[in-house]
Amino acid sequence: MSQQSIPSMADMMAQGKQPEVLFWVGCAGSFDDRAKKITKAFARILLQAGVNVAILGKEESCTGDPAKRAGNEFLFQMQAMTNIEVLNGYEIKKIVTTCPHCFNTLKNEYPALGGNYEVMHHTQYLKELLESGKLKIEGGKLKGKRITFHDPCYLGRANGEYEAPRKLIETIEAEFVEMRRCKSKGLCCGAGGAQMFKEPEKGNKDINIERTEEALETQPEIIAAACPFCNTMMSDGVKNKEKEGSIKVLDLAELVEMAGDLSS
Amino acid sequence: MSFGIANIIFLAALIIAIAIFAKNAGKIRRNIMLGKDVNRSDRKGERWKNMGLVAFGQSKMVKRPIAGFFHILIYVGFVLINIEVLEILIDGVFGTHRVLASPLGAVYTTAINFFEVLAVLVIVACVVFLWRRNVQRLPRFHKDEMKGWPTKDGNYILIIEIVLMFALLLMNASEANMEAAVAGPYLVSQHLASFFSGMSQEGLHTAERVFWWAHILGILAFLNYLPFSKHFHIILAFPNTWYANLNPKGKFDNNETVTREVKMMMDPSADPYAAPAEGQAEPERFGAKDVMDLDWVNIMNAYACTECGRCTAECPANQTGKKLSPRKIMMDVRDRADIVGANIDANKGTFKDDGKSLLDDHISREELWACTTCNACVEACPVQIDPLNIIMKMRQYMVMEESSAAQELNLMMTNVENNGAPWQFAQADRDNWASEL
Repeated sequence: MSQQSIPSMADMMAQGKQPEVLFWVGCAGSFDDRAKKITKAFARILLQAGVNVAILGKEESCTGDPAKRAGNEFLFQMQAMTNIEVLNGYEIKKIVTTCPHCFNTLKNEYPALGGNYEVMHHTQYLKELLESGKLKIEGGKLKGKRITFHDPCYLGRANGEYEAPRKLIETIEAEFVEMRRCKSKGLCCGAGGAQMFKEPEKGNKDINIERTEEALETQPEIIAAACPFCNTMMSDGVKNKEKEGSIKVLDLAELVEMAGDLSS
Repeated sequence: MSFGIANIIFLAALIIAIAIFAKNAGKIRRNIMLGKDVNRSDRKGERWKNMGLVAFGQSKMVKRPIAGFFHILIYVGFVLINIEVLEILIDGVFGTHRVLASPLGAVYTTAINFFEVLAVLVIVACVVFLWRRNVQRLPRFHKDEMKGWPTKDGNYILIIEIVLMFALLLMNASEANMEAAVAGPYLVSQHLASFFSGMSQEGLHTAERVFWWAHILGILAFLNYLPFSKHFHIILAFPNTWYANLNPKGKFDNNETVTREVKMMMDPSADPYAAPAEGQAEPERFGAKDVMDLDWVNIMNAYACTECGRCTAECPANQTGKKLSPRKIMMDVRDRADIVGANIDANKGTFKDDGKSLLDDHISREELWACTTCNACVEACPVQIDPLNIIMKMRQYMVMEESSAAQELNLMMTNVENNGAPWQFAQADRDNWASEL
């Protein structure tokens, strides 16, 4: 793999350079051990494909999504306006992110506050890289693997993107199998709306268990995810069912990298 | 037939029925307008198209094919058979009998044949729906919020529709044996004509009149049932889809009052002690505690809801046994708006504080906090009702006015505020991963 590193915007600015795209890492991608693996996989792919990319690094801050969904509009807008000042200061035009929550917030809720960017989810960006030939998958190491895909609510229902992740699974030549509830009818993993940060209300089952059971019905070798929070919820579900030995929960960036021998 | 006492009775019944309906529909309109203003009159072209597709075209209804198919039968039957009501109105007012029969000729017979077929299909669909509700007992029709009146309401509507359709068919059937029949016999009702075969011409005439009156008085009574029933959706489904949210479902509104305050806080030249601008009203409540804090689209949504429960059936919280049911949120908003409206009527046009509110007295905090904001309910609704928008406004009230979120959420928010992340990590460590590539 590439030994290059990913520059920060501050470095770029110092050299008088402008990236073609900013990689918005997000809080989970920056701090959560599991999600950091997704971040690194995606960063390696970008560098491999020769994308002129930068990160905000220490200047990135929470988009405010969990605060807004918890009802704290004030904190959300404080975060948003601070981030917008930073992004506009660097004259950012295009953003790609591995988190559907960041994606949704940056894309839909920042414009009214003065932040206008072209925002892409990493599955959309990867699809574009593959289609334009900037990235080629030649290893076929996941060929024939039985994979199901869990739609993240904030990519799917919230923004109508169902095809990009499925296109990636097709590209790695896996044996794709849909869950009963998929696309616009996909069941939430249970983490959205700030649920990630609190105990669930009283009920007869946890949502991630319900969803994991549905995923297991498809008898997959891999459950593909496209959101760091879904990834955590599904991984916990698989552990709860004591299937972590045989079933992996992997992000699409990881799958694309694993599919092997990326070339640009 | 000629003009007489019957026509005066008919006209009086018609005027009274329309007047009472207008009064009660006006009350619903008033209750809807209790909500705050919101601009949903932009993008008119898209709105007409959306209403055409979703309300007229039933595009979301057919996502569940069985219910969708039978619902279309009732919907098409309702719209088309009502063309015949036009003739009934003319006949009723002017004392004519089947006034359109001779000018239309063969077309008339074809039209009535077509309506009769539709009537049979409507009856079949209503029976199927009664079966699904009462015999098959689909779970979504038997959640907690459906106990009592909502279940009865659903059954009454279906039974009334069956009765109205039978009145129509029997009216035609009784006329089939009449020597003085102006048209017919018709496709379906001729097979029912044998019921009346022994009757005299006089008797047949009376029977025809009885069913004619039963049909039209039934329709007028049903019209006046609507404002007290979930069945009001047949009217509000149309404006509800026209005024629907056309933005991506993930896009939540940014509260503009908050924007002003945050901008002031971040502007180094702003004077924090400046007096509020002339004419600036009392700062409004953040979020929603009661129906008046919602916007009028939220309340219209509540009156447009026909309690089908597709939202609740798709809700991940509800499916895993939590208290939250998006349908109940809508029913609660409607019930509270009814109470506030009745309060206003009883107090000469102004609302007298009754010490109650939508929050706590109708919707519990446990319900609101169980939502994952996944939009499954919004996606599922055949008429584009948005329960999530209401849930979010009520969360905003709890958090921004009361600071009453759960401990863990407050911790998350403190972390966002201090560290720029929902967990307690130092912002300086954000890019540590980049050195591990």
